[in-house]
Amino acid sequence: MTAMHSTAQFHDEAGPAVTPLKPTGGREEIAVAGQWTLIWHKFARNKLAVFSAAIIVLLYLIAAFAEFLAPGDPSASRPQYTYAPPQPIGWFVESEDGERRFQPHVKGYTVEVDPASYRRTFVPDDEQIVPIGFFVEGTPYRLWGLFEMNTHLIGALDPTQPMYLLGTDRLGRDLLSRLIYGTRVSMSIGLVGVAMSLVLGIVLGSLSGYYGGWVDTSIQRLIEVVSAMPTIPLWLGLAAAIPLTWSPLQVYFIITLIVSLLGWTGLAREVRGRFFALKTEDFVTAARLDGSRERRLIFRHILPSLTSHILAVVTLAIPTMIIAETALSFLGIGLKPPVVSWGVLLQDAQNIRTVSSAPWLLAWPAGAVVIAVLSFNFFGDGLRDAADPYES
Amino acid sequence: MIRYIFKRLVYMIPTLFGMSLIAFLIIQLPPGDYLTSMIASMTQSGQNVDPRQIALLREIYGFDDPIHVQYWKWITGIVTRGDFGHSFEWNRPVSDLIWDRMGGTLTLSIASLLFVWAVSIPIGIYSAVRRHSISDHVFTFFGFLGLAIPNFILALTLMYVSYRFLGQSVGGLYSPEYVGAPMSWGKLLDFLAHLWIPVIVIGTAGTAKLIRILRANLTDELHKPYVVTARAKGLPEYKVVLKYPVRIALNPVVSAIGWVLPELVSGITITAIVLNLPTAGPLLLRALISQDMYLAGSFILLMGVLTLVGMLISDILLALLDPRIRFR
Repeated sequence: MTAMHSTAQFHDEAGPAVTPLKPTGGREEIAVAGQWTLIWHKFARNKLAVFSAAIIVLLYLIAAFAEFLAPGDPSASRPQYTYAPPQPIGWFVESEDGERRFQPHVKGYTVEVDPASYRRTFVPDDEQIVPIGFFVEGTPYRLWGLFEMNTHLIGALDPTQPMYLLGTDRLGRDLLSRLIYGTRVSMSIGLVGVAMSLVLGIVLGSLSGYYGGWVDTSIQRLIEVVSAMPTIPLWLGLAAAIPLTWSPLQVYFIITLIVSLLGWTGLAREVRGRFFALKTEDFVTAARLDGSRERRLIFRHILPSLTSHILAVVTLAIPTMIIAETALSFLGIGLKPPVVSWGVLLQDAQNIRTVSSAPWLLAWPAGAVVIAVLSFNFFGDGLRDAADPYES
Repeated sequence: MIRYIFKRLVYMIPTLFGMSLIAFLIIQLPPGDYLTSMIASMTQSGQNVDPRQIALLREIYGFDDPIHVQYWKWITGIVTRGDFGHSFEWNRPVSDLIWDRMGGTLTLSIASLLFVWAVSIPIGIYSAVRRHSISDHVFTFFGFLGLAIPNFILALTLMYVSYRFLGQSVGGLYSPEYVGAPMSWGKLLDFLAHLWIPVIVIGTAGTAKLIRILRANLTDELHKPYVVTARAKGLPEYKVVLKYPVRIALNPVVSAIGWVLPELVSGITITAIVLNLPTAGPLLLRALISQDMYLAGSFILLMGVLTLVGMLISDILLALLDPRIRFR
């Protein structure tokens, strides 16, 4: 359906705007502005998309500087603080003589034992004050495996004191640190996966759209089969075949591969539709009459005029990848501990008893997934609208 | 019409073949086979393994045959005898295990599909007619949210909410006292009371997408001259909207079964695992984890077939709705 629609819609396209004119700014320059400048102008007007783009950049920055931003080691567990609830940050402390003094802090915990079930619960204790600070020294780490450092953005001044801004899990591990490290895996799996399905989608989509005939028919059949299969059962089936002995890195790559193996169909369809629309355009005919060979026609003339559109479709494909990884890891069939991803974190919130006693274990990782997916969706929608020359 | 349906059926054959290849690939993919792992675990627990029995089993299941022979044995068994192979974990034929569960999946898919239509069509029409009204923005907002929240997270959240605030037991399709009971009004009501969480969870994303599609299509249609003419003639507003523009804009909604259905089936799988529903999902996951591959492969194949049949129905409906397709 989509392919048919886009074909009809782009039938009367007058060719790509590849004018390499350099605009020097100013409104009247729009008349001579290049395609990318126009797209940028249009994109910048969509505030929601720009905001989402900022969030995406922020998420990737978090992923890049995880070691510095996380208060501690994501796998360091303290059995004395299991299922500790989140601590809010207080900014001022009051000394005995009633004077308020600026001192960021969190409240310590006291243990309460439920007389009926003998379950230990932690409650924040107003009496105990754990002073915290910014750029404190804590667990040493190597940033990007290169720089020996031990500064953390935020942490307790005394590292032996508890500071769990988002609470802890079953083993007493800091959820904030785990969430930050998880960002790295979850956000990168989207990028790597999309890169792989981009290659598959563009190659097969271009072949299909350019040659038509039996090449087209067989590739279309393939797409039909893959897209008619319900994705999650298929992902499960493929992921279940990963040998248990593989290293986390191997599992990471094979999961990305599996996720992208099913993700390329939409892209291939899109590319094929555009190819059908573009290959009869005058500029393509002109290039052919000039003696360009087919490879040159595809890669120099047709694909570049699809770039902006492909970029938008790719952005919209990333969230699917993120959700796929999360779902697989959640079911215990994707990434496995000690790797930390949002899906692995959600695995801890699998049953209703855990969720009702420690709702933060569900709320924060789920919130992270939803924010990432929403941002990519808004950003991709904005890009697509901006890349469409017919939408004002 | 008959010709169209026939053509459509013939087109399904290569797709079915492709699906069976994928399912077979999944069966074959894990390293080693079930027998090897069974022998390993039996020897580990100190049981004696009779080598003759093993050899017999190997022969029956054709583990030593070349791959295409194995495929041929497997697929002819399914097509001619309805024999999906043997579940090693349950020690029963796969066909004994799957039909109940597939029935659950089918029921849930139909219920969710009806939910998707029942919600998205009125909202889509409303949003298109009252574009940029406050309710339109509210629906759009919830639509985006519905698209962004993965099924299983929504399921967990609803479970938490209904456990915490409604005190309702969630999970399963029946309350414990009705599980084995024969069908009755009480059981039906109980079933409906349990159905809403999975249906909402599974249907939300599809609903959100359909609302967007319907809204966009109907908006295009409403600006066409014939609508203006109808209005100028003094037709009542409901007729102006419902008589022609909605009918045309519904086309993509009907054809959407083609891609909504795989999503629903896929959503049911993971939602059922979280909510512990008696559908194919939980059994599939268990079979995959214990490498009971004939069971798993059969589920995957049947889920594919289910969506294909759904697509066929949607194409036939579309042809009934739109003569241009019938007479092409």
